[in-house]
Amino acid sequence: MYEFFQQMLNGVSLGSIYALIALGYTMVYGIINLINFAHGDIMMVGAYVGFFSIAILGVGVVPAMVFAMLACALLGVVIEKLAYKPLRNSTRIAALITAIGVSLFLEYATIWLLTPQQRSFPIGTFPEKNYYFFDQQLVLTNKDLFVLVAAVALMVLLQYIVKHTRIGKSMRAVSQDMEAAMLMGINVDKTISYTFAIGSALAAAAGVMVGVYYNTIDPLMGIIPGLKAFVAAVIGGIGIIPGAMMGGFVMGILEALVSGYGSSLYRDAVAFAVLILILLFKPTGIFGKDTGEKV
Amino acid sequence: MVTKKLNWTHLTISTVTLAVIFTVFQYLIARQLIDVYYQINLFMLGINIILAVSLNLINGFTGQLSLGHAGFMSVGAYTAAVMTTKLGYSFAIGIGAGCLAAALMGLLIGIPTLRLKGDYLAIATLGFGEIVRVVFLNIEYVGGASGLIGIPQLTTWTWLFVSVVVTVVVIQNIVNSSYGRACISVRENEVAAELMGVNTTKYKVLAFTVGALFAGLAGGLYAHYFFIIQPGTFGFFRSFDILVMVVLGGLGSTTGAIVAAAFLTVLSAGLQSFPEVRMVLYSVVLIITMIYRPQGLMGNKELSFRTFQRIRGDKNGPVVNREPV
Amino acid sequence: MKINKKLVLLLMVAFLVSIVAGCGGAATKTETEKTPAPAKEPIKIGLNVELSGGVASYGTNCRNGIVMAFDEINKAGGVNGRKIEYIVMDCKSDAAEATNVAARLVQKQVVALIGPLVTGSVLGATPIATQNKIPLVAPAATALPATVDEETGKTKEFVFRTCFLDPFQGGLMGNYAADTLKAKKAAILMDTSTDYAKGLAQAFKESFTKKGGTIVAEEGFVKGDKDFKSTLTKIKNKAPDVVYVPGYYNETGLIAKQARELGITVPLLGGDGWDSADLVNIAGAKALNHTFFTNHYSPQDNDPKVVKFVQAYKAAYKTTPDAFAALGYDSAYLVADAIKRAGSTDGVKIKDALAATTNFTGVTGTFSMDQYHNPVKSAVLIEMVDGKQVVRTKIKP
Repeated sequence: MYEFFQQMLNGVSLGSIYALIALGYTMVYGIINLINFAHGDIMMVGAYVGFFSIAILGVGVVPAMVFAMLACALLGVVIEKLAYKPLRNSTRIAALITAIGVSLFLEYATIWLLTPQQRSFPIGTFPEKNYYFFDQQLVLTNKDLFVLVAAVALMVLLQYIVKHTRIGKSMRAVSQDMEAAMLMGINVDKTISYTFAIGSALAAAAGVMVGVYYNTIDPLMGIIPGLKAFVAAVIGGIGIIPGAMMGGFVMGILEALVSGYGSSLYRDAVAFAVLILILLFKPTGIFGKDTGEKV
Repeated sequence: MVTKKLNWTHLTISTVTLAVIFTVFQYLIARQLIDVYYQINLFMLGINIILAVSLNLINGFTGQLSLGHAGFMSVGAYTAAVMTTKLGYSFAIGIGAGCLAAALMGLLIGIPTLRLKGDYLAIATLGFGEIVRVVFLNIEYVGGASGLIGIPQLTTWTWLFVSVVVTVVVIQNIVNSSYGRACISVRENEVAAELMGVNTTKYKVLAFTVGALFAGLAGGLYAHYFFIIQPGTFGFFRSFDILVMVVLGGLGSTTGAIVAAAFLTVLSAGLQSFPEVRMVLYSVVLIITMIYRPQGLMGNKELSFRTFQRIRGDKNGPVVNREPV
Repeated sequence: MKINKKLVLLLMVAFLVSIVAGCGGAATKTETEKTPAPAKEPIKIGLNVELSGGVASYGTNCRNGIVMAFDEINKAGGVNGRKIEYIVMDCKSDAAEATNVAARLVQKQVVALIGPLVTGSVLGATPIATQNKIPLVAPAATALPATVDEETGKTKEFVFRTCFLDPFQGGLMGNYAADTLKAKKAAILMDTSTDYAKGLAQAFKESFTKKGGTIVAEEGFVKGDKDFKSTLTKIKNKAPDVVYVPGYYNETGLIAKQARELGITVPLLGGDGWDSADLVNIAGAKALNHTFFTNHYSPQDNDPKVVKFVQAYKAAYKTTPDAFAALGYDSAYLVADAIKRAGSTDGVKIKDALAATTNFTGVTGTFSMDQYHNPVKSAVLIEMVDGKQVVRTKIKP
């Protein structure tokens, strides 16, 4: 019984990491309909910025996270301007392939500049504490709480921005109909830049947290979590912010249960199988509404 | 339009050219005038051409974004290798079984997933590729993660050359037939094609199955050249690699796919000692191509005799090309 | 449109240049092949090592050891009056790439190959060595099939290794767990993506159950995994006395850390894949207390040869050499010794000399090659105490 609860806890903590990454993914997709494959790699860049802030500048986790978010917001805007903007009117395939190109570029430029070696945060970066319950049967670490709280807080913040601010309003308008938004006097370029800045800052926050959580970072760390987070976003209904959160938890718990009661070796296969099933039976995800295809 | 007589000339020229290429390399390999390293790259080139040309049928001509080509390749590779290494069948049967298994997989995966569009299809096929990898990873019979070892080296230059030619000829013929036109209509406008009475699902599945079949062929040849196959070799990176060839060459251009496959194989061999730079360069070329030439280097045009005639200033054969998207 | 055409032109030119460059390479290549090397030319030895990818730390350290050894040999006058020229290439911790790199090195006229390190990659490079009759010395491929064809039981003619085998180190740990740690129940959590870890797990299981112990859980993970908590929770509930974790440091470090977080306090055991300075960085010194692993050598050894090696290595690379550096160092000396004994740079003769190796003394011990091209040598058992390696016992085969 305790084992089951522990597995649920493991699932939720893993799920909050997926949720964190999925938030940015789903937002960018929601506004400009682009699978930003590079999202996981922006997360990696964020983790590296955080790492160097902590290891070289000697700052704490929170300032490191702020640095990473600022750096990646800028990176996101630059990527959008250089790589995605010229393709706004091209085919979906062209945009997707460019995103793959950006993703490979970030990965291998990092390998090239910083070597492929795994790096670990200096000892004591995050003062770890474990809380034991029921005679050591249940364990919760303060890292788990940190990630969970951060994920929920960022989700609420994001939801607030999108629903209740001016920029959020223009984001929603652009996502509905880019041309109409433009005619209504919304600066589409600026709105998309904001979207990328916010999305990439979220990725950076996630990156620093993942780095601190597992204590290791490497240039290819963004690939698998990025893919999983995308799956989470699709499960929750891509473009829907609370959906990404739920999708993340579903994925995390699913993986924990597969590892705990089946075999951890099939974990990834199960994740993708669920993705394919969801796509086949409810392509708009758990929270999605079927809008029908525009012709 | 092209007359029948001209066609015969072309056929003769093509046959002679192919025969010359074949003989030259056969001689070089038989007399060991090119060493193992160049042979490896030559074989990789041939295998990449098969992969790129077959993926082009799915991505380029039919417009269905598939990111699971390496998955089909691995099904072909494992099936062929198991047939020859474990069950003792001949190479031809092994390769045949590999092709069939991959085609069957293409059919099974294609029927449900091809209802999905664009990005969703891309992600579903990517997921499929990963599932295949994880499954092979967990089958002890084929060596699990450390791979199937001790595969005899049966892929000869003759096998490879014939396979490449067959792949190109078959796919080119499909493209130029009514099937091919139906596939292109799906790419251009699926809804309109459906309204015109084209059974879009049928043609999508057809393209997918044929593409998978040839990916299986490439896998079988690969397995029997490199002695060892591991699930990791067929991860989504390889799918991306093949996709890059197709996109760089031009979605919907078979000769483009061939040229790009050759270009990237040579490039990647040349940059062997600088693996990181290789990938950085790779990605930059990809992004720049997409920005300035989203239709790829060749667009959907083909390099043909007429192109050469045009270069020579011979205006007798006006170039008839499909308009770019 | 103009930009487009220019760009296409540019890419086309790049394409042509690269093809021409490729052809140029081919042309010069055939020339060198035809002119026989004069006696005073350096002897070329190829290093096919993992400088990037999953086990980059092994390859990098091993290369450092090899390079240091060859530099020492060259300083002392070389081999048979000729200097040694080493060519280093990265096989990216990938078997197919290892094949490719081996072919590339053969093309550069090397007389012997050292590396790759992990067994899977050695298997990839083996056919190239065999086809071209060039001996391959694997410094750290501990799995059985590296030098022996498992199906026919025949020794692979051109492949040698300088490390002990998995059945030996796995068995050793099984005995240690049962005898010294008095464990009755053991759980195994292995890296199923390598022959190496699977071989260790098998050997551990055999020796541990022979001593009357039971295996209460057998779980797996794959290279690159980061979250092991679910699997560890499962293991924790089986209440084992020890957990055997054969694998490489990137993952085993995280496993140690997460196991301790989940309240698994029993000893964790491992193999030589644990040996890396990064292990302590990843897991933290505290989590590694009560962990034991088998290894090829220890830098704490008082043997004068070891002390000298450790000092020289520290002077050159500013860190303590791990087992891979030591194995690389020994492999380099072994190859040089074989070339000297063969009195020739002919691959077949070097191979025969390698097979005839007796009482070769290196920093990882004194050994002779057996009929399977495996050295017969001892292992050390190390306990981690507050982030430092402490030798517990040294075991002869």
